[in-house]
Amino acid sequence: MTDGSPPSVLPLDGNWRRLSPLSPLVRGGALAAGLLVVIPGLLGGQGNRSRGNLVGSVLGVVGVILLSMLAALVSWLVTRWRIDAGNLQIETGLIRRQSVRIPLQRIQAVDVVAPLLARIFGLAEVRIVSAGRGGERNRLAYLPAGHAAAVRSQLLALAHGLDAQTPEPSAYPLLQLDNTRLAIAVLTRGAVALPFVVGAGVLAAIIVGGGAAAGAAAGLGGGLSIVITMSLAAVQAFNADYGFRISEAADGFRLDRGLTQTRHETIPFGRVQAVRLVEPVLWRPFGWSRLEVDVARQRIGRHSDRGGQTVARVLMPVAPRDQVLWLLSRVMPHAQIAPPPGSRPPRRALLRAPLSWHFLAAWHDSRYICTRTGRITAATVFLPLGKVQSVRRASGPLQRALRLATVHVDSAGHRWRAEARGRDEQESEAVLWSLVDGARAARGRPADDIGTIAAR
Amino acid sequence: MAGSAQLRGISPRFWQARQAGLALLALPCLAAAILGAVAIGGAGGAALVVAVVAVLGVAWSIERGRYRSWGYAEREDDLVVARGLLFRRVTVVPYGRMQLIDVTAGPMARFFDIATVQLHTAAAATDARIPGLLRVDADRLRDRLAAIGEARATGL
Repeated sequence: MTDGSPPSVLPLDGNWRRLSPLSPLVRGGALAAGLLVVIPGLLGGQGNRSRGNLVGSVLGVVGVILLSMLAALVSWLVTRWRIDAGNLQIETGLIRRQSVRIPLQRIQAVDVVAPLLARIFGLAEVRIVSAGRGGERNRLAYLPAGHAAAVRSQLLALAHGLDAQTPEPSAYPLLQLDNTRLAIAVLTRGAVALPFVVGAGVLAAIIVGGGAAAGAAAGLGGGLSIVITMSLAAVQAFNADYGFRISEAADGFRLDRGLTQTRHETIPFGRVQAVRLVEPVLWRPFGWSRLEVDVARQRIGRHSDRGGQTVARVLMPVAPRDQVLWLLSRVMPHAQIAPPPGSRPPRRALLRAPLSWHFLAAWHDSRYICTRTGRITAATVFLPLGKVQSVRRASGPLQRALRLATVHVDSAGHRWRAEARGRDEQESEAVLWSLVDGARAARGRPADDIGTIAAR
Repeated sequence: MAGSAQLRGISPRFWQARQAGLALLALPCLAAAILGAVAIGGAGGAALVVAVVAVLGVAWSIERGRYRSWGYAEREDDLVVARGLLFRRVTVVPYGRMQLIDVTAGPMARFFDIATVQLHTAAAATDARIPGLLRVDADRLRDRLAAIGEARATGL
């Protein structure tokens, strides 16, 4: 990278800038790499056909690659960006011009993502997460990696109303992931289901096929395909979370992770809606657990992001329990982590939820509602009362016969809600109104004091 | 039951509209049953008519129970909506969390001059819906909720 300390890489003068001239290579290159895999297949599969046919299809593939390169080149030629009158403006599109204006004040986070191919060329992508519409177009793909980091810190400074030259606030490192632990963790995570699935396959084959040999073969085949699928998922998880580091800056948590594709993400404190402590059964001998996060965002699904999810989902992929609990206490200060006495549902709820009764628990204080659910994996949701969007109480026929009810607490996150299942009817009524009152009081209070280390 | 506030029921017009809708379904069924009974004749025919009438009666009473189960209360800081006969639900939505208020009325509802008010928050799971309010009541509620919501709006 250029170490000559560029004073300002942002086009603050209002002039249009282009993306890195190497970006068409990266954009077109991904497709080309995919298609290059096809050519050997063509060569192998065309053994009996005429030579002309083979040459024709290879030429076709090469043509497609060239066309995609050309498209990437045109897309680079027509894309430009600048900062003008407090907006970050990105224009793109040859036939259908698209112009995105992102008000600098509304920028919530700036992420830097570098896929493998981009890293080879020394490039990185800058993604801007802003209030309101977040999407496919709020990104600069690609900039030289050094510039990307500088653009990130300068955009953040401008977003906070500071001078663009203000250095990025220093981040206080919180936790770092141990990669061998991650390797063991991703392997054991899916392994719980394996014996059951293989056993079910064997059983089904014996019933249908009527032979133990056929059953064993089917079980082996099914088991093998499951093992392959699972190991692929494990490799993916390992690749994504490799070298995971979380640190805390004045404006939010910083996450760095990735083996082939590196990501640098920010979760602003205010966008954390809830966290979830997950304790998979196979991690219990090691004493490990995992901390996930639910972040406020617009309704998703309209445009899925090609580069994977834009919002981080995990605060710590796997760590010893005391470390995870310490991190949890940083994110949700003063939360009561262990279920206090009286948080368990009554015994008769066993009839309604026989497989998860052993984990069910719910407790709340003036700051948080915490609920634990799960069958073989215990998952505890911590939701600050200040984030509550609505509180609901529901009871079906079976629950009413048992004098039980469930209280749901919704936040603006989209992944989970706090669910106090199988509570006593009377108690649930009291819990409902006490949560409503607690949420009202919490909304009136200023936001909780997370992020105090770095702010000090 | 709603804590400090009494729940208000929804308009009887809702029940009228529901009954009209039921009648549109029930009358052809009944006519078909009577025709069938005439064709079969005797005890079998009578049994058919009785069975159809019984089914319609059960449907009518279920609908009535569902109509009666609806209730809502505008409290000082939040809106409470209760509903459901078999699956009983109570939803509490703070005014400050409302993002959008819909007032909708289908053809049948328009004929009976009623409308449905639906509240949306940033949480997708929030299911606060009040059907069968008089049109004027629905509009008044919407305006009131919008005014309060604006005054109390809080960030995510």
